[in-house]
Amino acid sequence: MPKQIFAKLIKKEKLLDNLYKFSVEAKEIVNIAKPGNFIEIRINENLDPFLRRPISIYNLDKENGILEFIFQVKGKGTKLLAKKEEGELIDIIGPLGSGIFKLEKIKNIAIIGGGIGIFPLYELAKEAQADGLNVNTYIGFRNKDLVVLEKEFQMVSSHLIVTTDDGSYAKNGFAIEYLKSDLESKQIDAIYACGPLPMLKAVKQLAENKNIPCQLSLEEKMGCGLGVCLGCAVKTAGSPKEEPQYIHVCKAGPVFDSKLIEI
Amino acid sequence: MNTKINFAGIEMKNPVTVASGTFGYGREYSEFFDLSKLGAVITKGTSLKPRAGNRPSRVYETTGGMLNSIGLQNPGVEYFATYDLPFLKKFDTKIIVNACGSSIEEYVELCKVLNTLDIDGVELNLSCPNVKAGCLAFGTTYNGVKEVTSEVRKVLSKPLIVKLTPNVTDITETAKAAQDGGADAISLINTLLAMKIDINTRKPVLANNTGGLSGPAIKPVAVRMVYQAAKSIDIPVMGLGGIVNGEDAIEFMLAGATTISIGCGNFIDPYTAIKTIEEIENYMKKYKISDIKEIIGKVEMN
Repeated sequence: MPKQIFAKLIKKEKLLDNLYKFSVEAKEIVNIAKPGNFIEIRINENLDPFLRRPISIYNLDKENGILEFIFQVKGKGTKLLAKKEEGELIDIIGPLGSGIFKLEKIKNIAIIGGGIGIFPLYELAKEAQADGLNVNTYIGFRNKDLVVLEKEFQMVSSHLIVTTDDGSYAKNGFAIEYLKSDLESKQIDAIYACGPLPMLKAVKQLAENKNIPCQLSLEEKMGCGLGVCLGCAVKTAGSPKEEPQYIHVCKAGPVFDSKLIEI
Repeated sequence: MNTKINFAGIEMKNPVTVASGTFGYGREYSEFFDLSKLGAVITKGTSLKPRAGNRPSRVYETTGGMLNSIGLQNPGVEYFATYDLPFLKKFDTKIIVNACGSSIEEYVELCKVLNTLDIDGVELNLSCPNVKAGCLAFGTTYNGVKEVTSEVRKVLSKPLIVKLTPNVTDITETAKAAQDGGADAISLINTLLAMKIDINTRKPVLANNTGGLSGPAIKPVAVRMVYQAAKSIDIPVMGLGGIVNGEDAIEFMLAGATTISIGCGNFIDPYTAIKTIEEIENYMKKYKISDIKEIIGKVEMN
């Protein structure tokens, strides 16, 4: 059940130009949140920017009731959010989404993320590792200047591959190429992905070709974030082309079984 | 202090309702507050058969508001009657079903079904800008509004509210048409037909190209139209369009609205409707108003 809280910003870190990590006191949300859930933030009490901003959860510190999220400054909302100072209260609704990453009856998992899509995968990797699973992580970035959280993902993975599209840091190419070649030699029971649409499409196809269960975390413009406005629609797999059927990222997702949706 | 209102024959505990399409069928917001506090819940636009809605992207934020082109996605009246109505009946509030169709026959068939359900009223949606057939086609002319309204009236004994579109030259024409067709009340405004273009792709941001604009950005237009409509007819008016607090609600009531509706104001704060009720009461205390009805239409023109 989501809650609205006014969470105190206790730590603000600039990870990169335009990339911030906020740590907030959000015990009520942290206690019930699961990997894959997201939150919605009201930027200010003014009516512009108007809508809340959906942001994925990066880390849940259950012991201390701290929630961490990372966001890129992109438009007027995130620009204002980045100006918040430590000690300020942030209006947050969460945890949101009923489609969460599920870790059941599996031993070896692959986690693949691209760019700012890697953030919601961290809590998943952390919990999977704590549950004794083998976590194989593949994270890709455009170039060396955009590489973040390498150490953090190292800590929660038994095997980590970092890639850059231009080869300016670590392995050269797309993360999925390395996952693909590892699938030849490694046993992988499930794949979890979040990132740009072309990457998600490729992961979905790869997983389905290899018949490996796969979950994708999606993004779509949202109105309410609660499942009432029906704005963040995604097509369900197998629905007729002339009459496509839709489910919603905020309520049925944001994490979907790859076979359930068409992207 | 009395906040009770009789609206089109529906006894509401206060004039605050939640607008169609911004509150689903109540479940999601019931996790935040007791729906019994509301004057009425107006459901998501519901049709005779399920509707899949439009292609995404469907929503986009604009300055002080948002665009939507949902396309009336809904599970159909049968599903509503089986799953959503029993849920809503658990609360001590009034239930008004927003009814949409693509032809007069469809509106009539739907309202025949609605007339048999345990609901308090029907809001006839003649104003959705996002579906090709129906709605706007009926909603923009005197004859169109009057014809649908009078055909529905023949089969519907429950209170009938006609929701009007602002996408017309003269709102008093369609307001009168609803009255002449036998409506018990009107509600306005639905969204304003609008468009946003991405200058990098040179494409409209909504897959449907155009959508409906709502939010505080449209409030002054809505207040003006409520004022004009209320003056031109004898049946009561439900005012909506960008209401996010008590001040906005009072403004609509002074302009002539008997009741008001919170639309996308629900999205920015799940408690917007509850806070609006409290702020209306605070206003009444401040100006020693003993009955909320005293302020309806009491704007003093210059």
